[in-house]
Amino acid sequence: MSANDLQHPLKRARGLGSAQSGVGHWWTQRITAVALVVLGSWFVILVLGLLHADYATAHYTVGRPWNAVLLIAFVVAAFWHAALGLQVVIEDYVHTRWREIFLLVLVKFLAVLGALMGVLAVLRIALGV
Amino acid sequence: MADTRRPLSPHLQVYRWQVQMVSSIVHRVTGVVLAFGTLLVLWGLLELAGGQRSFDQFKVCVGSPAGLLLLFGWSWALFYHLCNGIRHLIQDTGAGYEIPQFVRSSWLSVIGSVVLTVIVWAYVLMTGGVA
Repeated sequence: MSANDLQHPLKRARGLGSAQSGVGHWWTQRITAVALVVLGSWFVILVLGLLHADYATAHYTVGRPWNAVLLIAFVVAAFWHAALGLQVVIEDYVHTRWREIFLLVLVKFLAVLGALMGVLAVLRIALGV
Repeated sequence: MADTRRPLSPHLQVYRWQVQMVSSIVHRVTGVVLAFGTLLVLWGLLELAGGQRSFDQFKVCVGSPAGLLLLFGWSWALFYHLCNGIRHLIQDTGAGYEIPQFVRSSWLSVIGSVVLTVIVWAYVLMTGGVA
């Protein structure tokens, strides 16, 4: 800490900065990005392997434990990362406050719904219900 | 909101187009595209969970010309966002900010995404197309 730093030590310790939200968004975006580098590449390979699969093969493959777990991770990470990214785009380009808030909330709701639907679909496939 | 007719930051049309800005803009555009593209993944999972008939219908939809075009666009957007995303993760460590490096890595993202897209669709064609 430099001698002419005007920030209160408590302010620094909280680490929230002038926007009051700290590095949470930035950091979560990076974590989900790293996860998606691995999971996205794996997903493409999975789909390519199922190119000519009939329903039974596709159902069996997707439902195998490791595939199901990774697919759930992929779906959750993808919707999470998408919501964080769309949030930045909306904040940058929507300059009418009520529209901005409306879209931000809408994106969060849709992302959570999408993730839940994806998780439920994979669980139904894996558990055979 | 206050008067917004004051000059804002320079608009796109006053810039000479260069690969660094293209790679940045396209990263954002492909990100938005992929956010909607994720619905394609969701759709496939829901139809697979829905049973044989719904999954077969899904395959017909995806295998149609419009579906293939959508898939092709989705795959390129994914590979571009992947390549350029890895580039940004590397830049987050503070590396690669010299202008020549920055330009080179921009081109790497663009070329890498095209190469990956070609490889995947060549594989699809070689194994007899879709479905």
